[in-house]
Amino acid sequence: MKRPPIFGLMAEFESPTELLLASRKAYAEGYRRLDAYSPFPIEEVGEAIGHHHSRVPLVVLVGGLLGGIGGYLMQYWISALNYPINVGGRPLNSWPAFIVVTFEMTILGGALFAVFGMLALNRLPMPYHPVFNVERFAFASKDRFFLCIQANDPRFDRAQTEKFLQSLNPKQVSEVPH
Amino acid sequence: MSYAPVTLPYPAPPALARIQRRSLVIGVVFLAGAVIAAIVEHSPAQFFRSYLLGYVWWVGITLGCLAVLMMQHLAGGLWGFVIRRPLEAAARILPLLAVMFVPLIFGIPYIYLWDHRELVLHDAKLQHQAQYLAAPWFIARGALYFLAWILMAYLLNRWSAAQDASGDPVLRRRMQTFSGPGLVIYALTVTFASFDWLMSLDPQWGSTVYPLILIAGQMLAALSFCAAILFLLAQHKPMSDIVQEKHVHSLGKMMLAFVMLWAYTSYSQLVIIWAGNLPGEISWYLRRLNTGWKYVALALVVFHFAVPFALLLSRDLKRNARRLARVAMLLVLVRYLDLLFWIAPNSLPGFEHGMPFHWMDIAVPAGIGGIWMAAFVWALRQRPLVPLHDQRFEEVVGHAPETA
Repeated sequence: MKRPPIFGLMAEFESPTELLLASRKAYAEGYRRLDAYSPFPIEEVGEAIGHHHSRVPLVVLVGGLLGGIGGYLMQYWISALNYPINVGGRPLNSWPAFIVVTFEMTILGGALFAVFGMLALNRLPMPYHPVFNVERFAFASKDRFFLCIQANDPRFDRAQTEKFLQSLNPKQVSEVPH
Repeated sequence: MSYAPVTLPYPAPPALARIQRRSLVIGVVFLAGAVIAAIVEHSPAQFFRSYLLGYVWWVGITLGCLAVLMMQHLAGGLWGFVIRRPLEAAARILPLLAVMFVPLIFGIPYIYLWDHRELVLHDAKLQHQAQYLAAPWFIARGALYFLAWILMAYLLNRWSAAQDASGDPVLRRRMQTFSGPGLVIYALTVTFASFDWLMSLDPQWGSTVYPLILIAGQMLAALSFCAAILFLLAQHKPMSDIVQEKHVHSLGKMMLAFVMLWAYTSYSQLVIIWAGNLPGEISWYLRRLNTGWKYVALALVVFHFAVPFALLLSRDLKRNARRLARVAMLLVLVRYLDLLFWIAPNSLPGFEHGMPFHWMDIAVPAGIGGIWMAAFVWALRQRPLVPLHDQRFEEVVGHAPETA
């Protein structure tokens, strides 16, 4: 696919309500490759631009299962295969005693996969992102709210999209270079 | 049966009157059938054993509701607003459960070994225990527990009715302040009641986590019962306009938490006793895991933990009232299975290895459940389905209460 000449167009808003309304309108207009930026999390905006299901729960489930199975097998290998000791006549594969460590390893696996899976799915760490090319974007971590429609969106059109963004009454619309 | 006055705001739907009548019929038919069978077959021990099982099952749901009621007064949360009236209604029928405790008093000689002089005389340890457990003290303590429970339920319901009428903000503070110590009293009384009613079935045996498993089970049963009732109520006006996905979601989250608490405490008891392997303690598990009861144990692991746990992990399921209600009904039913597992394999006077499963183990709990349900629905219909001047009213309903 040919790389578009710019990254996208960005509109700046002064309140979370305006950003939410703008996000809903942009999604209704058919834009799908868009992102919203705000100084604090706004749950509704994520839903408005189509982020309904995250894949993190699946990653955590896989991590938990791997941790649990790995934890049990580790104890089985230690107590029944590698260094078998008879403890008070109990079986070598003493599952009641293994559950504690199995449980803890499930939590550990789930937690590690949750943190690193989340970072990976967000493609973090990301040393460069075009949105920072817009000077005013620094205010996204202070008191301004931004909506960026990317140029690789099939419905993106340099003139039409700018006209659309202007119709949302933003404080200003800027071009985001690569 | 009195009928709710027509002027009652947010009244219970007419469908509830039908459920009340049917439950009463089921309750009377099953209990009367079991009583007649017990007399004809001369099997009072079986009847009283089954009665204890059914009684502890339903009293657990009631007390769980009282505890959850106090929990939501303390902690707030919108989920507490939508189930406050079902919780209060369940707590209001505690006097009926006190009356239903009376048959158990007549059952003492048939189900409790410590009431048998000839057995106690041959056992030094049992002689000490029998002094505490002796029938007069057993009855006196039972009366004390019910006094505490009924008093708590009465006060919370009286203040709630006063809040409906006046909306005085002092009442909210009063219910909140009362609920902290109230939960402590709940935990202490249920702990001692579990010693008296259940643990003393095997008087030589003891486990310190046992009351906590019972409390986790009671809270789980109460939250599950409320999730099922809320789904039923949300099929009709006025609750169909009030109940939202997020309220159901909160109930689902707490059900998941209590499924895990039950599993955690049950497993703790097993692993501590299994690791210690002492004759006085392990006998409880040998009686259950080296006999046919092991299949019940397996069913508990699967249906009291694994299946509901896996299902309740799903966010979509927790936000779907219908599917959550199905899981909730399963959980209310497996509470019965857990109590059966606790009660049935114990020795009874004349039955050294416990009693095998009998049809009365189904008929009597179902009969008690029918009577319980009829009383609960009757209590629920006496008041508006939502607390009118609760501080969460406008946030949930969207406008001020429409009082008559």
